[in-house]
Amino acid sequence: MAQLTRRTTDLLKPFSAALSSTRLLTTTSTTPITVETSLPFTGHRIDPPSRTVETTPQELMSFFRDMALMRRMEIAADSLYKAKLIRGFCHLYDGQEAVAVGMEAAITKKDCIITAYRDHCIFIGRGGTLLQCFSELMGRKDGCSKGKGGSMHFYKKESGFYGGHGIVGAQVPLGCGLAFAQKYSKDENVTFAMYGDGAANQGQLFEALNMAALWDLPAILVCENNHYGMGTAEWRAAKSPSYYKRGDYVPGLKVDGMDAFAVKQACKFAKEHVLKNGPIILEMDTYRYHGHSMSDPGSTYRTRDEISGVRQERDPVERIRKLVLSHDLATEKELKDIEKEVRKEVDEAIAQAKESPMPDPSELFTNVYVKGYGVEAFGADRKELKAVLP
Amino acid sequence: MSADPKVFLMGEEVGEYQGAYKITKGLLLKYGPDRVVDTPITEAGFTGIGVGAAYYGLKPVVEFMTINFSLQAIDHIINSAAKSNYMSTGQISVPIVFRGPNGAAAGVGAQHSHCYAAWYASCPGLKVLAPYSSEDARGLLKAAIRDPDPVVFLENELLYGESFPVSVEALDSNFCLPIGKAKIEREGKDVTITAFSKMVGYVLEAAEILAKEGISAEVINLRSIRPLDRSTIYDSVRKTNRLVTVEEGFSQHGIGAEICASVVEEYFDYLDAPVERIAGADVPMPYAANLERMALPQVEDIVRAAKRTCYRSNSTTATA
Repeated sequence: MAQLTRRTTDLLKPFSAALSSTRLLTTTSTTPITVETSLPFTGHRIDPPSRTVETTPQELMSFFRDMALMRRMEIAADSLYKAKLIRGFCHLYDGQEAVAVGMEAAITKKDCIITAYRDHCIFIGRGGTLLQCFSELMGRKDGCSKGKGGSMHFYKKESGFYGGHGIVGAQVPLGCGLAFAQKYSKDENVTFAMYGDGAANQGQLFEALNMAALWDLPAILVCENNHYGMGTAEWRAAKSPSYYKRGDYVPGLKVDGMDAFAVKQACKFAKEHVLKNGPIILEMDTYRYHGHSMSDPGSTYRTRDEISGVRQERDPVERIRKLVLSHDLATEKELKDIEKEVRKEVDEAIAQAKESPMPDPSELFTNVYVKGYGVEAFGADRKELKAVLP
Repeated sequence: MSADPKVFLMGEEVGEYQGAYKITKGLLLKYGPDRVVDTPITEAGFTGIGVGAAYYGLKPVVEFMTINFSLQAIDHIINSAAKSNYMSTGQISVPIVFRGPNGAAAGVGAQHSHCYAAWYASCPGLKVLAPYSSEDARGLLKAAIRDPDPVVFLENELLYGESFPVSVEALDSNFCLPIGKAKIEREGKDVTITAFSKMVGYVLEAAEILAKEGISAEVINLRSIRPLDRSTIYDSVRKTNRLVTVEEGFSQHGIGAEICASVVEEYFDYLDAPVERIAGADVPMPYAANLERMALPQVEDIVRAAKRTCYRSNSTTATA
């Protein structure tokens, strides 16, 4: 994942030189430090892990940078959508970055992640590039799906990212299927199947969870509870909004999803658990600043005070900023510089993506099948447009 | 299953029960419970799990006790399976087979008698196969399992009980039939009759009757509904100039409708008579035996339609 590449010497000015020479830890250090999660974990049918999380300065700084990058990316996507460069659906993740970043810190690229349509940041976490992201959003050939998928259909199979799914809840049985295949193949890896509080009521989720538990599949169901399923608050949709308990016979953990270290700890704990004991549910208590999608202002079903309150009290990036400062790993200015750098990176990726051409018309008919047997496929006017599927 | 360790079966009663229709008999004993997986009665869940396993690279064969129950899981078949290779531009391919008995059986009523060939065959990204004979079943199923794309394999409950002569080649463990190729079951020169699955048998019977009346029918067993073997149909119609399509399913927006439109678009000048469609009646399947018989194509319906294309019958329903 993105590393802090600037050397500390580049930052040094005469004034701050005096301060930085008193730093015990550099930003690339891997000396272990411990942090406490903001809240204790709550367990359902399981003893929760400790609140004390091991990390390093390097990891702490990377959390900051990665989340700042994701935040900037989503905000930039908002502008692109309003400029009509992104069409159709666009579901933004700003506010939820800690889940993506914390999860990645606990796992490898051999573990699988599958999620729904709020997938841009998960894709970046799995190693996707900004160029691939923005190009895909704008329907260009440099997109991760060559422009044919769109916002909801990002994939990166070689890094264990299986999409990007538009049908609410479908990704959960699919994720249990990935876990089934991991167990069948004796891979010793796990799958994180992510879904929202809205999808948590889907029948197919319980069908898949039953089978995952019956067959001891290494499946971790991660409910990103941002408290609203589109415009419906959780208390209006779920008789029991304790999503970590909804697995009934399946153990669960409630996690502060705005705290990247709590997320990391929970995911690490979950991975170890499921490899031995079958599925577990992690409920990440998180929040999205944007509405459900760019078509939703997000303010008709919740108050602006609520949104600004969360931003004030629980913002995941701010939390890491405070941790960095309190551990004296960087100054406020250095962190601002990182944010500026990230902003520049995002702007450059957008500029490059804008230059990327739209897919060639011949791409209309590619990838329908892996093996097309030379069959004909027709366009709108079959006498005018047709292709042979190889 | 013996050729490829990635192939596994999943479905209700496929293991210990030996298969609801005994299709998977003996497989649990031979391959073990890791590869022959009995599922709870949760089609949406286990179909999703099957598709997810296919994403990862396994080759699942998912059985629906009847294709009617696939409706519980149709979102996974269409949105999770059929479209993934396209949406991911080749990153996520789905080498899965969805199989089960399709269409009417005998006296099983409306909810258990529906033919879904047209439903699945309209969807790009899916392949839809329908065997008739034992050779078809073996060759097409092997081809389906080996195929890297999602295949819907439509069997027929009544055909499970029928025996067919089988060639020596068909017994070979590598025997596969090509996907997208129809079979001329009987050559003829006066009228082309297309059919698939159980209806092929009915059409062959009708062809015998027609032959005695001097009409030589060419019988096409479609085998592959999607991709449809249009060129075999076209070649035949160019030869006979008359076409009857036969299917068990409903006529509106059905397989015959597609074949008719296709022939009219490409070879209009070759048709000497309007295309005839024989299909299931526009009613949910009734239970009473006499009504059920009326709701499904019978041999006499096929004979009558073929004669109409040859200007050889007096229609009892006056039209003009």
